[in-house]
Amino acid sequence: MVESPQAEAIITATGVAMRFGARTIFRNVSFEVRRGEVFVILGGSGCGKSTLLKLLIGLMPPSHGEISVLEGDWSKLEGEERRRLLRRIGVMWQSGALLGSLTLAENIMLPIEAHTKLPVAARALMASAKLGLVGLGDAADRLPAEISGGMLKRAGIARAMALDPEILFLDEPSAGLDPITSAGLDELILSLARETGTTFVVVTHELQSILAIGDRCIMLDKEAQGMIAEGDPKQLRDESEQPTVRAFFRREAI
Amino acid sequence: MVDVPALDDHGPGQMPSDPFRAETEDGRLCLRFTGALDSAVAAARWEEAHLAAKGAGRLVIDAAGVTALDSGGAALLVSLGGAETEWREPAAQAPRGALARFRKAVATAPPPPKPKPFRPLTAIGAGTLDKLSAFLTRMSFLGETTLAALRILPRPWRLRWAEVLRHLDEAGTRAFPLCMLLGTLIGVILAFQSSVPMRQFGAEIFIPQLVGISLTRELGPLLASIILAGRTASAYAAELGTMRVNEEVDALKIMGLDPIAWLVVPRIIASTLVMPALTMVMNVTGLIGMTIVMGTLGFPPIAVLNQLGQWLTVGDLAGGLGKAAVFGLAIGYVGCLAGLSAGRGPRAVGDAATGAVVGGIVALVVLDGIFAILFFRLGW
Repeated sequence: MVESPQAEAIITATGVAMRFGARTIFRNVSFEVRRGEVFVILGGSGCGKSTLLKLLIGLMPPSHGEISVLEGDWSKLEGEERRRLLRRIGVMWQSGALLGSLTLAENIMLPIEAHTKLPVAARALMASAKLGLVGLGDAADRLPAEISGGMLKRAGIARAMALDPEILFLDEPSAGLDPITSAGLDELILSLARETGTTFVVVTHELQSILAIGDRCIMLDKEAQGMIAEGDPKQLRDESEQPTVRAFFRREAI
Repeated sequence: MVDVPALDDHGPGQMPSDPFRAETEDGRLCLRFTGALDSAVAAARWEEAHLAAKGAGRLVIDAAGVTALDSGGAALLVSLGGAETEWREPAAQAPRGALARFRKAVATAPPPPKPKPFRPLTAIGAGTLDKLSAFLTRMSFLGETTLAALRILPRPWRLRWAEVLRHLDEAGTRAFPLCMLLGTLIGVILAFQSSVPMRQFGAEIFIPQLVGISLTRELGPLLASIILAGRTASAYAAELGTMRVNEEVDALKIMGLDPIAWLVVPRIIASTLVMPALTMVMNVTGLIGMTIVMGTLGFPPIAVLNQLGQWLTVGDLAGGLGKAAVFGLAIGYVGCLAGLSAGRGPRAVGDAATGAVVGGIVALVVLDGIFAILFFRLGW
């Protein structure tokens, strides 16, 4: 992706902190996500990557700081305004989170039904297009329990994309997948980003994925309870002086 | 709508910004779309566009003036097109790309499979085979359980007694309050209901016999096993079903532990042992409820006790308790079977729990019928 410096920021986080009771997960996290880029949130297990994602999509309010997504602040949005913003984002959950009693096509038709008045024929056509886009065109009538983990994640992406969102949030897209499927998923993300201009926010700790897809990244650390690096992942790998960042990119134990 | 291209052939009644118009062009129908064609526009004009396109042999879809297109709009365009449609692609690059992507994605999906024709004979045959194989599964599960239990018999220390105790507590002690409530109410209801006809014959003094015999022989075991089926069989099915989904059952097998001996036998032992106790709670509280009603009818408790002592035999009680143990065995077995044969996914676990309750109640009613015939023949 060619990243122009003047691309507008569509997510800004300023001084965000999250605490559960007395336990501080992270504090003073500030960053910007620009339109059209693939932005990666990385870090070791337990550093709060998924928590940060939950803050970004408005599932929980941060303990401190401000988050603005597409110029909206989740904590100030309610009712119809919140719905309008929800329509403009899509989320792929770590395990797919497809509803087990619906087929893949029905799962994808669900958000379309919730947000538009399109008739059932239109929804079905859109669902089959989205499934075709992620390479699951022939699995439309399968139930989530009948398909593999990699297919579940791709179906999760298809559902997240049902309404052509401006931002797609992906939680651990390649966790638990074999290298080939994982590389296929990375390629899918890149081609979607390139062709549709969608902005991606990806939470992951898969090194190869980060280097393959990430335009920019931030790294969270459990010990530091916050951000320890920000920038182009390849640059961080080659130039960072920070010991934890170096250890992460070189797969060393600390 | 934004970015309206200048088109000079719009009619007087139509707004220049109208995103959809149907016109005749060289004897062919031309559907012209302009401006931003998004899901909202597509939803609003879907019916109208399809009505216009219906029956038209050769069609021109003119999307040259479309400035923005999302999936909903692309779905409208693609759904209108047929084999003989002449396309005029959007002039702007973004909608042109979006339409091309949508077409390509839809093309990879195979056409929906035709519904299978209904063949009654095949359906009957397949149904019969299904039932037969389900019956065989049940039988083999019964056999495996019996074998596992027999294998434990010479080495009782191999059984997980802690697990048996946990299940005894969950299925038994925790069901006592419910049994007491239900027992008392049943005793009260039976006594009141029978007092009306009995009074006509001046036979109210015989109410304790009526309630006592029907409770100990029939209603006590039956109601206690319905409670067991509702509380415990469903819990067994849900617990084992979830374990199966999580591959815990497979893990046990691979560790060299027999899942039947490990999971099923303790549960069935618990459900069998707990039933006589639940039935006893039911009987005692039922008789207490009846005694209270008799008190309001003017018969002191000592008179009730005398009547019961004269008419109720230990055989009545023992028969009921023995029946109860067999019901418990059957319900535990049905619950465990439903759990271990559950499919995958959250719905399957729910189905297994439902199946356990329904199967348990059916099993106990059938067994009760068999016992009724047996006791009648034996003259008990």
